[in-house]
Amino acid sequence: MRITTTVNGTRHEVDDVWPGESLLYVLRERMGLPGSKNACEQGECGSCTVYLDGEPVCSCLVAAGQAIGREVTTVEGLAGTDGLHPVQEAFVEAGAVQCGFCTPGLVVAAHDLLERVPDPSDLEIREALAGNLCRCTGYEKILDAVRLAAQRQAQA
Amino acid sequence: MSTDAGTRTTTTTTTAPPGRVGDSPLRPDGTLKVTGEFAYASDLWHDDMVWGVTLRSPHPHARIRGIDITEALTVPGVTAVLTADDVPGENAVGLEHADQPVLASEFVRYEGEPVALVAADHPETARRAAQRIRVDYEVLPAVTDPRRAMDEGAPPVHRPGNLVRHLQLRRGEQDVTAPVVVSLDFEVGMQDQAFLGPESGLAVPAEDGGVDLYVATQWLHVDQRQMCLALGMPSELVRLHLAGVGGAFGGREDLSVHVHACLLALRTGKPVKMSYGREESFFGHVHRHPAWMTYEFGAERDGTLVYARASVLLDGGAYASSTAAVVGNAGTLGLGPYRIPNVAVDAYGVFTNNPPCGAMRGFGCVQAAFAHEALMDELASVVGVDRVAIRQLNGMREGDLNITGQVIDSAAPVAELLEIVRDLPLPAERDEDADLRSLPGSVGNTTHGEGVVRGVGYAVTYKNVGFSEGFDDYSTARVRLEMTGGEAVATVHTAAAEVGQGLITVEQQICRTELGVERVVVHPKNTAVGSGGSTSASRQTYVTGGAVKAACEAVRSVVLERAATFLGRDAGISGWTARRSSVPRARCSPGWPTSWGRRRSRRPSSTGTGPPTRSTPTPARATRTCSSPSRRTARWSTSTWSSAW
Repeated sequence: MRITTTVNGTRHEVDDVWPGESLLYVLRERMGLPGSKNACEQGECGSCTVYLDGEPVCSCLVAAGQAIGREVTTVEGLAGTDGLHPVQEAFVEAGAVQCGFCTPGLVVAAHDLLERVPDPSDLEIREALAGNLCRCTGYEKILDAVRLAAQRQAQA
Repeated sequence: MSTDAGTRTTTTTTTAPPGRVGDSPLRPDGTLKVTGEFAYASDLWHDDMVWGVTLRSPHPHARIRGIDITEALTVPGVTAVLTADDVPGENAVGLEHADQPVLASEFVRYEGEPVALVAADHPETARRAAQRIRVDYEVLPAVTDPRRAMDEGAPPVHRPGNLVRHLQLRRGEQDVTAPVVVSLDFEVGMQDQAFLGPESGLAVPAEDGGVDLYVATQWLHVDQRQMCLALGMPSELVRLHLAGVGGAFGGREDLSVHVHACLLALRTGKPVKMSYGREESFFGHVHRHPAWMTYEFGAERDGTLVYARASVLLDGGAYASSTAAVVGNAGTLGLGPYRIPNVAVDAYGVFTNNPPCGAMRGFGCVQAAFAHEALMDELASVVGVDRVAIRQLNGMREGDLNITGQVIDSAAPVAELLEIVRDLPLPAERDEDADLRSLPGSVGNTTHGEGVVRGVGYAVTYKNVGFSEGFDDYSTARVRLEMTGGEAVATVHTAAAEVGQGLITVEQQICRTELGVERVVVHPKNTAVGSGGSTSASRQTYVTGGAVKAACEAVRSVVLERAATFLGRDAGISGWTARRSSVPRARCSPGWPTSWGRRRSRRPSSTGTGPPTRSTPTPARATRTCSSPSRRTARWSTSTWSSAW
């Protein structure tokens, strides 16, 4: 199967894809974009979160074929040419990164929240991140990071 | 990491903003982790790599009568199918006791035990081929209840029997009685570390006949020791490199893909990647021991403890792993940080045909804490004393003896900590109309608010820092100081695993503090330097940090001596003079003067006095090992620093 899709603004075409492959597998193993993580591969942990036509999805639950002709944005596509996205900066500065395996998914989820709700309440942050697990138990710092990113974006 | 592992490599070589001990510098790997560029073990990739998968036993206990791999080998894309017959060295690995086959040969002892390996050009091809391996099992009776494991007639999981360890601890009077007696039975279940980054590794065969393994682990050298025995190869040929680690929590102390990936790589001559899915991960590592516990406290009427009796039974599962050490902790620390004059503790670890159990954060103390703290609440209730007050009454203080008779010779502020905790404000009572998002579980799948109730409790427990029971616990560090582009650069090389806890940051902070340099390069972690010990037991900052500090002190001593020789006088840095010694004088020397931090290293000057200078000074370097504080005899390695300019 041939998969043609646009990822982070670049058109990718890969051949010989087994139809059982997930979008996550194709991104990681065929397109050289391993930033989205393979933590549970059953839609529980959110580590593989990417945008598919602007909607955040668990890429482990999307069959690669479903991404044909669509736009995908991964964690690798969030930073601009002039540096990190404010959400990424905030995660580093707030100490929200430990082992970091949950981080790409949380960064995408937080990015999506702030796109929709520029000044979220704590409850809105908790709701938005409810699909993302962190086993280093860094949730407090993660909440701090989202608050900090919202603050930075408001100032910008 | 070496570029040998392909384009997606971890680089821990970083330059971070100034940050010394006491500062709060940013993680040097933070940017890589928020952009998705940090290379975890499962991200590794090599041009011509193949994928390895594991066939596992569907039975908790069975005899293997035969394995037929013929059909699997015919699957297009398959490059190798291996069984126990293909293990060139000892078919036995284990963290403390080599009792677990690399691949099962005669028996399988738990559901999920590795039986065969397949390498293929696609992971799905390998999985499907593995399903075509025919294993002829004779299913045997299984021991599944650890309380029956030592019964007469219980099937032996191993010879000679099912007892891993019985720790018997007696102190004080054994026939003592007390006016108040409380006793309860407890049972706690198995628990999984569930680190997010699944077990993964990339094994790359080398031209010298050896193999390089890039793997997520907690202790490179203990892995290497087991792998050498299983592969039948010397350590020079079995080289380990730490790949990015997505959490550990004890679950990466034992081997997982290590030997398997190397066997396949050596057989196929190709790089082999293995990466478990989440379901396989639960089979692929040890768990926290389930426990069955009976506790009894005897006390005065005011709640003062007179005696404690405890029996702790831990289900070790099918292989020893670290069960003996967990029994040690559950026994010696199993009555909590309390003053108890008369003690009888029996802690047991047994073999069963359940999944193997081993290290998980807390390491035996957690199970026991559940029992002693629940029983302490019961005692408080029976004698009518406040739950915090009864813990303060019995809490250990500096100078007390613990239940093994060890003097607690440093701070033990149990009562003070409880007071601080008690005085903290409690969250507001739950409102019946509370927003679901404010409740534990929130809107995740744990709960949707049903059954969420609020409880307020107090508990204390304690735990060793560093390995327990007199373990020879040490670490090694190599530090090199040189001029690069007109700037002093320190390079620190240890094999201590960074698993998310921030060790890269700490090593840099220590080097900056001890050497006064800003740029510190942290060398990739591998087995080319001596052991860093395990990233376990809260020990790395202390023990590897101590080794880094000692190596820096040795380097600093060399530099100061060279400066004195060059200047013809002492370097004139307040509080420090040049000294040469193969052994640092002090384990904990005073801090480097803060003014030193802003000084630039001096270049030799042609107008200076002293010996002729050379344009490029020889780097100063030193390797040091540092023992944990519990071991009184320090182990220092031979000095290896350069003595010339």
